[in-house]
Amino acid sequence: MRTYLDFEKPIAELEGKVEELRQLAAEDPTMNISDEVAKLELKADNLLRQSYAKLSPWQKTLVARHPNRPHCQDYIDRLIDDFTPLAGDRGFAEDAAIIAGLGKLKGRPVMIIGQEKGNDIESRMRHNFGMARPEGYRKAIRLMNLAEQFRLPVITLIDTPGAYPGIGAEERGQAQAIASSIERSLSLTVPLIAVIIGEGMSGGAIALAAGNDVLMLEHAIYSVISPEGCSSILWRSSDNAEEAAAAMKLTAQELLSLKIIDEIIPEPMGGAHREPAQAIHQAGEEIRKTLAKLEKLSPDELKQGRREKFLAMGRQGLH
Amino acid sequence: MSWLSRVVRPKIQAVLRKRDTGDSLWHKCDACNQMIFHRELSDNLNVCPGCGHHMRIAPKERFDSLFDEAQYETLPTPQVAADPLKFRDQKKYPERLREARHKTGREEAMSVARGKIDALPVTIAIQDFAFMGGSMGMAVGESLVMAAERAVKDQTPLIVFTAAGGARMQEGMLSLMQMARGTIAVQMLRESALPYIVVLTDPTTGGVTASYGMLGDIHIAEPNALIGFAGQRVIEQTIREQLPEGFQRAELLQSQGMVDMVVHRREIRPTLSRILQMLMYDRLQKNPATALPRPAALTQADDMPA
Ligand SMILES: [Zn+2]
Repeated sequence: MRTYLDFEKPIAELEGKVEELRQLAAEDPTMNISDEVAKLELKADNLLRQSYAKLSPWQKTLVARHPNRPHCQDYIDRLIDDFTPLAGDRGFAEDAAIIAGLGKLKGRPVMIIGQEKGNDIESRMRHNFGMARPEGYRKAIRLMNLAEQFRLPVITLIDTPGAYPGIGAEERGQAQAIASSIERSLSLTVPLIAVIIGEGMSGGAIALAAGNDVLMLEHAIYSVISPEGCSSILWRSSDNAEEAAAAMKLTAQELLSLKIIDEIIPEPMGGAHREPAQAIHQAGEEIRKTLAKLEKLSPDELKQGRREKFLAMGRQGLH
Repeated sequence: MSWLSRVVRPKIQAVLRKRDTGDSLWHKCDACNQMIFHRELSDNLNVCPGCGHHMRIAPKERFDSLFDEAQYETLPTPQVAADPLKFRDQKKYPERLREARHKTGREEAMSVARGKIDALPVTIAIQDFAFMGGSMGMAVGESLVMAAERAVKDQTPLIVFTAAGGARMQEGMLSLMQMARGTIAVQMLRESALPYIVVLTDPTTGGVTASYGMLGDIHIAEPNALIGFAGQRVIEQTIREQLPEGFQRAELLQSQGMVDMVVHRREIRPTLSRILQMLMYDRLQKNPATALPRPAALTQADDMPA
């Protein structure tokens, strides 16, 4: 069963009709439906193309959170050979909101660190909906240290509604863990490529996204706060999330023009959730290309270049 | 509400307000409700003489209390792109900025100055909660980078007094990026082996805590300061439980290992002095001449014939 978003209703209706016709034809083989089906399919295709060509920031928010959208584990399964998960922060716990480990990207050993939201109730609980606790960030720091020591590029896959806001997380230093993760990212002398695959929300996202290159899927979102959170603070009501999403400029297209991200990874027609394999393949190609570019740089150039990129942000437009 | 009360009430309120501020020679403590004479309060650095409650203090008063003879040079607030997102919620962002500037008389939420503490040159940055909740916009990040660059150039320690609700939403992702930029500022000091001291004041939460606020060589907190990552309301809504007593307060954070010490505002200057003299000892021994440049403004003032 395909899950349709609210704004996809007209597409759902057309695709439903096609399905109905097919079932009728299956019951009665004498029926000739191919003309009608072709016509409906073309219409549905056009509608899909049109609506995805001009998704509003709020619609992109819904697409980025689509339950069938490929998650971190899907990317690892399809892109990484010999994936060897590594666990634990060596201080307190293993945090499954962040999946990490060694693996090969087209033969090149890399360190993969990503946030996983889970796909059903059981796995969502296990991964805490992609909301990491301090231990998740401390595990990431530990593995960045390992990557630095053995000269392995780091690839991060960002997909989180934010760091977990809980009593224990606060007591064990959520802020300190995020701060240290940003600091470790910025001091790496190996390449760090961050890919925003779904939603990259707030400090929980930037903790792993201070990369040499930040790639972003076409319909992913990356924001300082969720549209709902922004609405409740600035409008003092949860009803203005749609306006907030537009005001904050959280789409890949807007962030590319602000030079906050470096590259947009195109998604299949109708979003990554329609053709996950194709979306992941495309992302893999872009990551590989970016890595090939970064591997030409010296350790010092990697660190300095990353730093200068962030220092330049917001400075353009001034003389 | 009738049309009459709608018209009349604001006027009465305006009159009342005026009287309130007109003779605000007395200030009520937020914690113990004691009335404090304004001179006594400012002499006590906005700490209630009755119960010791630390009320907020403006950057100027704080600078005055920290530097030798209240002498220092304030660095100009760096220019940043104005309203690059053309952000508008219920008000336009430039309008909110104008209001904050009018209310505080300051240009932005971070002020930077250089001077001396017990003859040791230092650079100090103070975040100002009264200015849009101290929120970390581009100007705050740029001020921090400027302060770090200046500290490295002058070979002085950097002390940052934090206070913020978190990000400045009106600057969207440009605000979030200040977490990375503020962290780079800290790294500049680390790489030059210069002390970076954080003084956490009430309240310090969100992206500020989760970047330069928690990366100090030493963390000092003011008594009872609220310090954390997530806001208390967000946590309550997530876990649907009441928060424990003293949660996210300075004293609890010290017991949890996040801050080195909780220090009364009056004791912050001597504490900083003591720590910095020791951390800078080796450097001063090796190279006393270059390690003690005199800030230009002070040199000029000092050298002026009386
Ligand atoms: Zn009091």
